[in-house]
Amino acid sequence: MGAQLRVYKRRIKSVTATKKITKAMEMISASRIVKAQRKVAASTPYATELTRAVTAVATGSNTKHPLTTEAESPARAAVLLLTSDRGLAGGYSSNAIKTAARLTERLRGEGKEVDTYVVGRKGVAYYGFRELTLADSWTGFTDNPSYADAKEIAAPLIEAIGKDTAEGGVDELHIVFTEFVSMLTQTPVDGRLLPLSLGAAGAGGGGKGELLPLFDFEPSAEDVLDALLPRYVESRIYNALLQAAASEHASRRKAMKSATDNAGELINTYTRLANAARQADITQEISEIVGGASALADATAGSDY
Amino acid sequence: MAAELHVELVAADRQVWSGQADLVVARTTSGDIGVMPGHQPLLGVLESGPVTIRTSEATVVAAVHGGFLSFADNKLSLLAEIAELADEIDTRRAERALERAKTEDDAAAGRRAEVRLRAVAVR
Repeated sequence: MGAQLRVYKRRIKSVTATKKITKAMEMISASRIVKAQRKVAASTPYATELTRAVTAVATGSNTKHPLTTEAESPARAAVLLLTSDRGLAGGYSSNAIKTAARLTERLRGEGKEVDTYVVGRKGVAYYGFRELTLADSWTGFTDNPSYADAKEIAAPLIEAIGKDTAEGGVDELHIVFTEFVSMLTQTPVDGRLLPLSLGAAGAGGGGKGELLPLFDFEPSAEDVLDALLPRYVESRIYNALLQAAASEHASRRKAMKSATDNAGELINTYTRLANAARQADITQEISEIVGGASALADATAGSDY
Repeated sequence: MAAELHVELVAADRQVWSGQADLVVARTTSGDIGVMPGHQPLLGVLESGPVTIRTSEATVVAAVHGGFLSFADNKLSLLAEIAELADEIDTRRAERALERAKTEDDAAAGRRAEVRLRAVAVR
């Protein structure tokens, strides 16, 4: 076997192994998307009912709450960025990070300080490498988040928003995550979570054009709002985490699908090259034999004369 | 009799129970409250404890860990971070969890286990 042919064979073998791996990852991600989508759907009733309740309290009572009132001159904002723990998902994490960077830029332009909170090892690594400070970070659950994770994330954020800006608190809370539009499209979005803009809350839930009745509060409107708003924030974060997880799986599936396709193409190319090399080897061998034989025949014929 | 009460018991990650009921008894921070069809619109904060939903055929009991109750237009929504039907609760596991919580001094876990056991007892 010629040296050239051996090199091609080795290449084909290694690319075939890679293709098997990427194909397996593609199929795993494809099955997880469905699971993640089901989780998003399962969490929807809670989110809808909660939004309805928040809208009802906020419109039905004149209570003022730090989580619903806008600060007169917001000085500091918190940005919560959701990225993934693992790579090999195409531009998933870097797109989310870029969106967060743009948002940070905009907020700084408005004269606000920005505290960054990051979920996912990729985001943490990005900020760590550039030696940018993080207010807090969480890792280890991005591909299958639970409600407890959302609670854990929400706790310091709610605490920060309750504090005075002078003592390190924040006036606004923004969230950046990758919205799951469809199997093929996931777009990073940024949105303001707090202070609550009631128009958005009403449009987001079941309160569309529906006239809300006057509620009786038990024990009181303030207490209800006090208990309700943190849960609302948690549920929004939970929903964002679930959508981000679904998006992560979808973009990993897409990335792995193109990796598998590329590997297949590469195998084809190398197989053709290997065939050509083999053919060249054979041709060379034949011409050597023929050449040798004719040289021998010439020599024998020469001795006759 | 007035129209029936439509009840939705929803946990953070799933819908636990939904259907028609005659009476729902839940514990709010200011005491137990019973809701029947035609009740005044109400929004309350729930305490951890059992919630009893009485329908025309059977009585459903669920353990609810914190949450809210909102009622309007004969529609009652019970929202809880964690909610389980009494039928789903594994009594022995809850007892074990209670034991463990006691030895480890974990108040939150102990309370959760206790609520579960109470819900089973009510059933």
